[in-house]
Amino acid sequence: MGRIIALREAIREGMCEEMRRDPNVFLMGEEVALYNGAYKVSKGMLAEFGPNRVVDTPIAELGFAGIGVGAAMNGLRPIIEFMTWNFAVLAFDQIVNNAAKTLTQSAGEFKCPIVFRGPSGSAGQLAQQHSQSFESWLANCPGLKVVSCVDPYDAKGLIKSAIIDDDPVCMMESEMLYGLEGEVPEHEYYVPIGKAAVRTEGTDVTIVSYNKMMEVCKAAVLELAKEGISAELIDLRTIRPLDIDTIVQSVKKTNRLIVVDESWPFASISSEVSYQVQKYAFDYLDAPVTRINTADTSLGYAPTFVQEFLPNPDKVIKAVKSVLYVK
Amino acid sequence: MPEVLSKPKTTKKQDSKSNSYDKSIWLQWFEVMYRIRKFEERTLMAYSQQKIRGFCHVYIGQEAIAAGLVTAIRKEDAVVTAYRQHGIALSRGISSRSCMAELFGKETGCVKGKGGSMHFFSAEHRFFGGNGIVGAQIPIGTGIAFAEQYKGTDLLCVTMFGDGAARQGALYESFNMAMNWKLPVIYLVENNGYAMGTSIERTSNVHELYKIGAAFDMPSKPVDAMDPVAVHESLIEAAKYCRQGSGPFFLEMNTYRYRGHSVSDPGNYRSKDELEYYKTLDPVITTESRILTENIANAMEIQSIKDKIHLEIDDAIKFAEESAYPAPEGLYEDNYVQQDYPYIKD
Repeated sequence: MGRIIALREAIREGMCEEMRRDPNVFLMGEEVALYNGAYKVSKGMLAEFGPNRVVDTPIAELGFAGIGVGAAMNGLRPIIEFMTWNFAVLAFDQIVNNAAKTLTQSAGEFKCPIVFRGPSGSAGQLAQQHSQSFESWLANCPGLKVVSCVDPYDAKGLIKSAIIDDDPVCMMESEMLYGLEGEVPEHEYYVPIGKAAVRTEGTDVTIVSYNKMMEVCKAAVLELAKEGISAELIDLRTIRPLDIDTIVQSVKKTNRLIVVDESWPFASISSEVSYQVQKYAFDYLDAPVTRINTADTSLGYAPTFVQEFLPNPDKVIKAVKSVLYVK
Repeated sequence: MPEVLSKPKTTKKQDSKSNSYDKSIWLQWFEVMYRIRKFEERTLMAYSQQKIRGFCHVYIGQEAIAAGLVTAIRKEDAVVTAYRQHGIALSRGISSRSCMAELFGKETGCVKGKGGSMHFFSAEHRFFGGNGIVGAQIPIGTGIAFAEQYKGTDLLCVTMFGDGAARQGALYESFNMAMNWKLPVIYLVENNGYAMGTSIERTSNVHELYKIGAAFDMPSKPVDAMDPVAVHESLIEAAKYCRQGSGPFFLEMNTYRYRGHSVSDPGNYRSKDELEYYKTLDPVITTESRILTENIANAMEIQSIKDKIHLEIDDAIKFAEESAYPAPEGLYEDNYVQQDYPYIKD
């Protein structure tokens, strides 16, 4: 029997378990300690682990990300929380030029076992600077691993895998879905980095997605089932390395693929999935790979913009019908 | 590390020479502050009714800074600030209607419903935003000043930021270049004591922010920013210094926000005693009582300003409510100046 917990609790449990196991693991970021986390992910952690291991920082993303990198090079296992990945843009120098490069630059002399984590993607009417998805930016960079999930079971298992991983891992969460509930087992477990999950088995079309857009896809799959369309839904969970085998296996069965991706379309996760599928399953495709991304624009504040900008179940259903050539 | 939360601090009182200011200036200060206070109170109400969404940071408590700004610098001078910006936008002359409609996300807003609470802009009013990333506007304001120097004007840029932003590296890089090149920029830190939930004592060893300027040999001063007179006078001095080509000036405005960081922050990290203490310094109330006790103006004159503002804000709310949301296709406007830009739409 499992327990039902929210995404924020799942991430917290994963961090706490690893911090109890390994004294070299610590959490650092803005408002993580005394305030209990801007989104309460780290609630109670200061009380359990004390101020040396749950460390509040000033608003200085470049600085504390770099402090994390240095600490990781010198034997610790930092978890660096960004209040949102939008603010982590300031820290990209340390993530991309250092965390991702330390091992190669030093020819293996130094590794950088660090986790950068925080919410990615839109979260309502937050306007241009607070509504961006960074999976494709980070996944573009060799040296980084990128995890993006909202299912509490996956999140707990993946944050644990990320913390014990000897390479830098970026964990992408969701501001809007920190309250999303799901079942986790009583016993300890890890979810491996680099493995997708087939959420719903189906025969007519494969839908690939990740993070918050999984909820959109689940709703679409239910609607499609009512119309007798059997969709197979795959949750990537890890963006880099991409589990292309699971996708290709599914496409060989369904012969059709829709990618639902909260990235801007240009050089997105959907671009990469589409490329690999045409390369490895070309002879199995009965329709062009079709994708639904956010609009190729910045996201303005008004509700009408948010509605237009994001993928939604109707857009997914329409795309599925188009690749099935049904009205 | 956790420690006792900040105690009420004594702000440094300067000698305000009220008699040297005309009645009209006093009433102007009061009007600017009262407008902001009422605007923000209605903003909070509309937020609770879900007419305003997203992140929303009100200016209640910090109004004296906006007031001093109105009388100390020119209309043509530039201002750039962060996301706690409604009050500054109003003080630059952007109308209550246009600001409230923006908060409601309507097409009649000052940026057509695109920016919301954090991103007001107006070229006409030389208001350069409205920045949502902590500290990002510090180099931007420095660049606006660079452009004025480059063009050979005697205009300046007031670059505003909160105490939280003072810990960003961007400040140190900007201060250095501005000093090196003697740029006409007034750096104005609004020190309200808290970077979101983190008190200033917990973010640095240096609690008196004006002292940061010393590392760059930048003239720097602390100001009692609960007092519009002190704000005005410090800005007059700084502006004069900038305009004569002497370079940047750094002002630490010691102020307080009566509300949480944003509407979703209850502000539990502050003590009741602290809040009560600062309420005794409320710039709107103390300015009003000073005007009355020093016979600068009478109660009727004050009341007529209040009546005017009440009508103005009521009208702004009505205007915002009755305006339309922007058409969804508006997403594809203003991403590029190029009108026929080929967006990916598949």
